[in-house]
Amino acid sequence: MSGKNNGYLVSSHLEKVLREGHFAVTGELGPPQNADPAVIREKAAFLKGYVDAVNITDNQTAIVRMSSIGAGLLALKEGLEPVIQMTCRDRNRLAIQSDLLGASALGLKNLLCLTGDHQIFGNHPTSKNVYDMDSLQLVHMMTEMRDKGIFQCGDEIKGQTASFLIGAAAAPFADPTAFRPLRLAKKIRAGANFIQTQLVYDVKEFAIYMEKVRELGVHKEAYILAGVGPLKSPGMAKYMKKNVPGILVPDEVIDRMTQAGKEWIGKKAADLAPEEKKARSKAWKTEGIQVCIDLIKDIKKIEGVAGVHIMAIEWEEAVKPIVEGAGLYPRPEVK
Amino acid sequence: MITAEQKPLAEIQGLLGDAKKVLVVGCGTCVTVCFAGGDREAQIMAASLRMASKINGHPQEITDITVQRQCEWEYLDEIEKEIADADIVLSLGCGIGVQAIAEHFPDTWVVPGLNTTFLGLPTEQGVWEERCAACGDCILGLTGGICPIARCSKSLLNGPCGGSEDGHCEIDPDVPCAWQLIYDRLTSMGKEETLMELQPPKNWQVSRDGGPRKIIREDLRLISDED
Repeated sequence: MSGKNNGYLVSSHLEKVLREGHFAVTGELGPPQNADPAVIREKAAFLKGYVDAVNITDNQTAIVRMSSIGAGLLALKEGLEPVIQMTCRDRNRLAIQSDLLGASALGLKNLLCLTGDHQIFGNHPTSKNVYDMDSLQLVHMMTEMRDKGIFQCGDEIKGQTASFLIGAAAAPFADPTAFRPLRLAKKIRAGANFIQTQLVYDVKEFAIYMEKVRELGVHKEAYILAGVGPLKSPGMAKYMKKNVPGILVPDEVIDRMTQAGKEWIGKKAADLAPEEKKARSKAWKTEGIQVCIDLIKDIKKIEGVAGVHIMAIEWEEAVKPIVEGAGLYPRPEVK
Repeated sequence: MITAEQKPLAEIQGLLGDAKKVLVVGCGTCVTVCFAGGDREAQIMAASLRMASKINGHPQEITDITVQRQCEWEYLDEIEKEIADADIVLSLGCGIGVQAIAEHFPDTWVVPGLNTTFLGLPTEQGVWEERCAACGDCILGLTGGICPIARCSKSLLNGPCGGSEDGHCEIDPDVPCAWQLIYDRLTSMGKEETLMELQPPKNWQVSRDGGPRKIIREDLRLISDED
């Protein structure tokens, strides 16, 4: 990759960490369903110093929340470097470009381009969706804004353009699985500089996926960050395995979570005293963090993986022990 | 074809209010084929409304008639007298039929008896599925004859999102993933390279987003604008 500023595209902290060859760590911060900036500050405090950049979700799961750009600016003021998530669900190409100009003007430097969860899953299922563009078109549009200084319509952007390190998502285990490495390559060819994957619990399958990615050679054209996340309970592991498309949870992981709470196996939540419930939850969560640490250690060995993206939404406290446990603390300083 | 479903009877009764003379107008084309508003459905609708009006203690005079196509003036001309006699017309045509009646008979109050749903086809007896979004710029040549605009929940143009699982869309296990279908078809035909071409943002101007659409074929017109 080349660019104007010492070879950097945008000189974001994340770009520097990746370019210098450090194993990057990104996190995730879900804005609140209200206008309270204190929520962002509280969550940011858990993440600061433990991640190189933090994704700020965009009406995640189609539930109305504080905007990604607004919350991102608050996070930036707290000393975190945001990755602004932008979905195609809620905005047409006019709105997206105008928001990107605004975000860039505010000093936000990283962008993750997403299609967006369908609104049927959220709290406004009767709304009209937009999908004027898809995530690949969004990646390409932003690349042209940054590198050619043109809007999607082809008009020149007179003056300063929007500039971001451009990211995209990948779902290695979603169907049709044979197409997934190719789709990743397509996103990278459209201009993605970094990739964050859906949650990985099955390292063996992920290694097979990465082998195919390496055959395509695209791991040298973009930085691939594997998605990981701590499990809170065996129930959560089973739910994801069964109900969330594109997430593989091996039985071994479910067993580890179940065994962590073996003292309470066979007991219903209703039969447990509050302090017992607390103890069980604590045992599960401790194991969930340990599973995550072990996953990171295994994923780190896979050639072509440039870092991890830790998704611990509504459990930001977990990031610190995960990063420390995986030997990824302290985070690198870059100039 | 255009597919439609009948509105609930209570909603139709609400639309008819206390009008004395009601004319139910069926349509002999698309809505006949999808069993929503043909001659048979018009007769049943009229009988149901008659019965309901008697039960309610406000009997209404309800008759029915079906034309070959509600969306063409010449067929509507045939029922001019019946329309003039009615206080209100309940159209069992699609949205086009309702509007054709309103436009052709400016003094007549017409209400819809159907919800027009989509452009589709029967995939088995009693099952209809959407196939076309009438976007105005057909891309079926790129996608192996399977439309992602109409059939992908997000109208994606560059392949499946992460919500494709076991051949279906994450929004509903009964909705096939259009991109799985496209992928299967293109690979089986040896055309998977097409999947790697970046499709640019679509021109929605020729779709409804460009405003109401109109086709003018001067070669077919009997009166040109200059006349």
